[in-house]
Amino acid sequence: MTRWIDNLAILLALLGLWYLAWWQAGDSAITPPVQTLKFALYLLGSADFWPHVWATVLAFLYALAISAVLGITLGLVLGLHRFSGEVFEPILASFYTIPKVTLYPLMLLIFGLGLSAKVAFGVIHGMIPVTLFTLAAVKNIPGVLTRTARALRLSPRQTALHVLMPAVLPEIISGLRIGFALTFLGVLIGEMFASQRGLGFLIINGINQHDVARTTAVIVIVVTAAVLANGALLRLDRHARHDV
Amino acid sequence: MSTPTAHATLRGVTRIYPSLVHALGPVDLDLRQGEFFSVVGPSGCGKSTLLDVLAGLSAPTSGTIAFEGRPVNGVPDGVGVVFQEDSSFAWLNVQDNVAFGLRRAGMEAAEIKRRVEYALGFMGLRDFATAFPAQLSGGMRQRVCIARTLVMQPRLILLDEPFGALDQQTRLLMGDELLRLWRETGATVMLITHALDEAAMLSDRVGVMSSRPGCFIDLAVTDWPRARDSRIVSDPAFGLLTARLWSSLRAESMKAIGRVA
Ligand SMILES: Nc1ncnc2c1ncn2[C@@H]1O[C@H](COP(=O)(O)OP(=O)(O)OP(=O)(O)O)[C@@H](O)[C@H]1O
Ligand SMILES: [Mg+2]
Repeated sequence: MTRWIDNLAILLALLGLWYLAWWQAGDSAITPPVQTLKFALYLLGSADFWPHVWATVLAFLYALAISAVLGITLGLVLGLHRFSGEVFEPILASFYTIPKVTLYPLMLLIFGLGLSAKVAFGVIHGMIPVTLFTLAAVKNIPGVLTRTARALRLSPRQTALHVLMPAVLPEIISGLRIGFALTFLGVLIGEMFASQRGLGFLIINGINQHDVARTTAVIVIVVTAAVLANGALLRLDRHARHDV
Repeated sequence: MSTPTAHATLRGVTRIYPSLVHALGPVDLDLRQGEFFSVVGPSGCGKSTLLDVLAGLSAPTSGTIAFEGRPVNGVPDGVGVVFQEDSSFAWLNVQDNVAFGLRRAGMEAAEIKRRVEYALGFMGLRDFATAFPAQLSGGMRQRVCIARTLVMQPRLILLDEPFGALDQQTRLLMGDELLRLWRETGATVMLITHALDEAAMLSDRVGVMSSRPGCFIDLAVTDWPRARDSRIVSDPAFGLLTARLWSSLRAESMKAIGRVA
C-alpha cells in the first residue's frame, strides 16, 4: 500500500521536474508531458515505429544472452580458480570503470555498422558486472556451508547442485539485473553510433533533425520500458534472497 | 555394572595448520558410549580444531582417531556436527533446512515428514516451519542447525558452542533441551562451550584444555544422575565443580590473553 503511494509521489515529482525543464529550456529542447504522451501513443500506433523497436529488442536479446553466458562462465572460472581470480579481478574492475566511449572507434573498426556492432556495444557494457558479481559470489561462499555439506556426507555433485548453486544464485541474479540495464544502455549507444535502425537511432536522428517531439517521445518510451523491466527484476532479486 | 566402552578414541592426535600454527595436541581421549562430554578451554586453544579432526572433516597431522572401532577418514556414518558459525541454508525455509540431509540421503517422504515434525517440535520451531533463516534470530537459526543434525539420528553428536549467541537464561533452558535430547537418543555427546557453568551442569565429564596448542590438562568427573536438569546449579557440588574448573583454567586463560600467571 505505502509502496503504491511512494511510486505515485515519485511519478508526480518527475512530472513536476519535467514541466520545470520544459518551462526553462523551451519547445526547442523538450516537449511537455501531455503533448509528449500523445505523440508517444501516436508512435506506438504507427507501423513505421515497430521495426525500430524489434531491431533494438533483437540486438538487446543477443547482447544479453552473450553477456549472461560469458559473464557467468568467466565469473565461475575465475572464482573457482583462486589464483587467476586474484589476477583478473582488479583488471576487470578497472575495465569496468574506464569510460567505454574510448573503445567506440575500435569497436566500429572491428564490427562495422549494423547488428553485430550493436550487440558488441551491449556486451562490453553488460558483461563485466555479471562477471564481477559471479566472481564475488563464488569467492564469498561461507566455508561453513561446504563443511556442512561434507558433514552431511553429500557427494560432490549434490554439493554443487544443492549447496553451491543456491548459495551463489542470488548474487548472480543481482549481477544480471545490473548487466541487464547496462546491456540495454550499450545497445542504445551502439544504435546511436553504428546503426540506421533501432530506438537509439531514432533518438540520435531526431536530435540531428531537430525533431523535438519525436526525440522526447522515444526517450520517454525507452525510459518507461527500462523502469518497468528493472522493477520486475528487482522483485525477482528480492524473491531470490527471501528478503520478503 | 558393565564397564563403559569407548565410542570414539583419539591417540596422540595433533594438528598443525599449513601456516605452521600448531593448534592442537597431542591429545589422548576416549569418549565413552553414551556419555555427555564437554570441552572447555581458553579462546583460540584449538577446540574447533579438535572437533574438525574428530568429525573427520580434516586429517590430523599425527595420531589416530577411531569411531566405533574403525579409523576415521572422512566424516563417518553416524556422526552429526553442529558448527560454531551459523550454517543454516538461507535459500530454504526452516522445515526444508531440517529435511535437507534426509532428502539427500534418499529417505522416503513419509519418514522424512515424521522425523522433521518431531525435530521441529523438539526444538520449539513448529511455529516457524515455513519461515526463512533471515527472519529468525541467531539463536533460532542455531536451533535449526541442531534440528538438521538431529533428524539424521547420529550416534555421536559434536556441538561447537551452539548456544554462544544466546542469553544466560535461554542458554540454561536450551541446556535442559540438550539433556533431554541426549537421554532420549542415547547418543554420545561432545559439547564445546566457553561457559564453565554450562559444562558443569550438563556433563558426565568435563575436559579442560590448555592454551594453544590445546591439550587436556584436567578431566573432571561430575557423577550427576542421568535424569538431571538445570536445577542442579543449586547443588553445593555444582559450585565446587565450577570452582575446580576455573582454577584449572585460570592460568591458561591468562596465557591466552597474553599475561603471565
Ligand atoms: N584454517 C586455519 N589455518 C591456520 N590457522 C588456523 C586455522 N583455523 C584455526 N587456526 C588457528 O588455530 C588455533 C585454534 O583455532 P580453533 O578455531 O580450533 O580455536 P577455538 O578453541 O575453537 O577458538 P574459539 O574459542 O575462538 O572458538 C587458533 O590460533 C587459530 O587462529
Ligand atoms: Mg572455536
